[in-house]
Amino acid sequence: SPDPLITEVQPYASFLGEGVDATPYGMPIHFEDHVVRRNVEWLTADPISSINFTPIHALDGTITPQGCAFERHHSGAIEMSKDEYRLMITGLVDKPLVFTFGDLMRMPRVQHTYFCECAANGGMEWGGAQLNGAQFTHGMIHNMEYTGVSLRTLLNEAGVKPEGTWVYVEGHDASSNGRSIPMEKALDDCIVAFYANGEALRMEHGYPVRLVVPGWEGNMWVKWLRRIGVHDGPIESREETSKYTDLMPDGRARKWTWVMDAKSVITSPSPQVPVSHGPGPMVITGLAWSGRGKVTRVDVSVDGGVNWQEARIAGDPQSMAVTRFYFDHVWDGAPMFLQARAIDETGYVQPTKEQLRAIRGLNSIYHNNAIQTWYVNENGDAENVEVS
Amino acid sequence: EPLGIGRAALPEEVAAWDVAIMPDGRGLPQGGGNVLDGEDLWIEQCAVCHGDFAEGAGNWPQIVGGLGTLMDDRPVKTTDSYWPHLSTVWDYVNRSMPFGAAQTLTGDEVYAITAYILYSGGLVDDDFELTHENFTSITLPNADGFFVDDRDDVELPLFTQEPCMSDCRAPVSISARATDIDVTPEFPIIRFTYSDGSAPAPAPTDTVEEASAEPEAAPAEEAVQMASLDPALVAAGEAAWRQCRTCHQLGDGARNGTGPQLNGVVGQAAGHADGFRYSPALIEASEGGLVWTEETLDAFLENPAGLIPRNRMSFRGVRSEDERAALIAYLMSYSN
Repeated sequence: SPDPLITEVQPYASFLGEGVDATPYGMPIHFEDHVVRRNVEWLTADPISSINFTPIHALDGTITPQGCAFERHHSGAIEMSKDEYRLMITGLVDKPLVFTFGDLMRMPRVQHTYFCECAANGGMEWGGAQLNGAQFTHGMIHNMEYTGVSLRTLLNEAGVKPEGTWVYVEGHDASSNGRSIPMEKALDDCIVAFYANGEALRMEHGYPVRLVVPGWEGNMWVKWLRRIGVHDGPIESREETSKYTDLMPDGRARKWTWVMDAKSVITSPSPQVPVSHGPGPMVITGLAWSGRGKVTRVDVSVDGGVNWQEARIAGDPQSMAVTRFYFDHVWDGAPMFLQARAIDETGYVQPTKEQLRAIRGLNSIYHNNAIQTWYVNENGDAENVEVS
Repeated sequence: EPLGIGRAALPEEVAAWDVAIMPDGRGLPQGGGNVLDGEDLWIEQCAVCHGDFAEGAGNWPQIVGGLGTLMDDRPVKTTDSYWPHLSTVWDYVNRSMPFGAAQTLTGDEVYAITAYILYSGGLVDDDFELTHENFTSITLPNADGFFVDDRDDVELPLFTQEPCMSDCRAPVSISARATDIDVTPEFPIIRFTYSDGSAPAPAPTDTVEEASAEPEAAPAEEAVQMASLDPALVAAGEAAWRQCRTCHQLGDGARNGTGPQLNGVVGQAAGHADGFRYSPALIEASEGGLVWTEETLDAFLENPAGLIPRNRMSFRGVRSEDERAALIAYLMSYSN
């Protein structure tokens, strides 16, 4: 029978919509209200010192909108204006300096797209499949286009002394979360960023200024950047000793595990976005990234890793940025074990859970970049499983 | 070539912000503090989250214990079982603690709290005093427990081999499912409409989180209460509430956190929140008949430790009388 949505005049085809003054700064249309960051309450003692998850299952493309990009705070997201903002460089420099926000805006600007991934992304899955949804297993990541000043430019202003081999970066917030970064990285590609995706940073991402440390764990991307100390060694702060170190099976721990290894995940279908149609053509899509460089290839398996096929990569992959892949599939209606496997330009191939656990055991918490499996049953429902 | 942008940082400014302590003790201020003073400070400032004996409370971190558990299924990572450097303890307490009142401790207080942590972990005796002079003589048990990232040597050779494309393994079967553990928050399922009619009806198990959050109609009593409050004052109180919400919750679904949930607090006996572990001092005050009236709340908010010495609310107090009145009005808007 004819579709009344076609044959009958709909209200929106007859009556008027909203004027240009209705939403000076718009939110997504309310039909998309479910596309939001989500919190897993039991993970932490208090939402003020916690993390939430990007709804990667409901997004496409590569850029993460700021409004739903995951947040991690150690003492809450603070309100600080551009006028109040101060940045200090201290320590082993010729001239300790103070900059205002306006000062930063007068310096040569750079712009790059990078992913920011929490080292604990997937950390709940070391012991076995635990959280049921791509948002929860892989949502501690976002990918934005940053504009700012190269950290190198600021360090040059102060003049790093030869014995200054590390920087220590810390924030204005009550945790003043600090991390040590070797000078080589600080002078290479770090950005003192004030715009993301073309607009000012959001409060929860460090407005007005955060540090961008491409390819390295998100904890180092200090928000509300307050001070850059130049030192002759690492500070060995709480965030780089008691946290963000990887406990190995022999009871010793890896430290300075900064680089985020190549990783991928199928975002759809996944537990939050099952296959809601019957057999036939479908799109399998997901994200891949590597802290070591560009993603050059993504393979997809529908049978749990027995056989693999190369997916299509959308656009031009960029170094240390998220890459979108598509795999056009004709579903026969039989259950599937969906997996994706990222390969980067250094030849690094994303490992299986078995491979990672053989080296790192189950207590690492951080840097779980293993291949994820979604089981899709004959009804199209998807769930997080492990296979043997 | 430098651009000449920015200005010289003044020595006082550098001193105010450059507080980082290095593993060899560089950066420590002169001074010291002993275990007994540290214990008093601990009970007052730290115990609410970390327990009287640094054993941890609720989901908050355990600070000592767990020695020798790093190879266990559930390793307990504390200052004495895991942290490599005492400098990190001092630095973290000094810069980030107490939670919600960071940078309020003096250097000597930080020494004392650090000394108490060492004592609680059995690393020093109760007559110990930690100072800038003996600081580096303390070595934490797990000082040698760390090594620099060796992924390039250990993992890269294994993970850079040409990947297999076909018949790579035996057919798979499910060995574990997330749904068996069942700890995922509720979330809505995304489904679409298809023109070939192939869409199955949404499964009855579909969950939409919002469905359970239907607001209930406000009871008439509450409406009356609300009407008698000055809306501007309540709004000002809501703004002032920012400084409280780190620890306290209000409204539908409010739960005890670092501090008790405060629904209905105005007019109630002190210590009213079910399931909250109040300090002995507050329980004593409650048993003594303390009721949270506008007057007693005002006194408490002005100086928490003044009204109830040794209570666990580590909060400096609200100096402004107007701000206190606004906060109390805001609390009353949740007290029907």
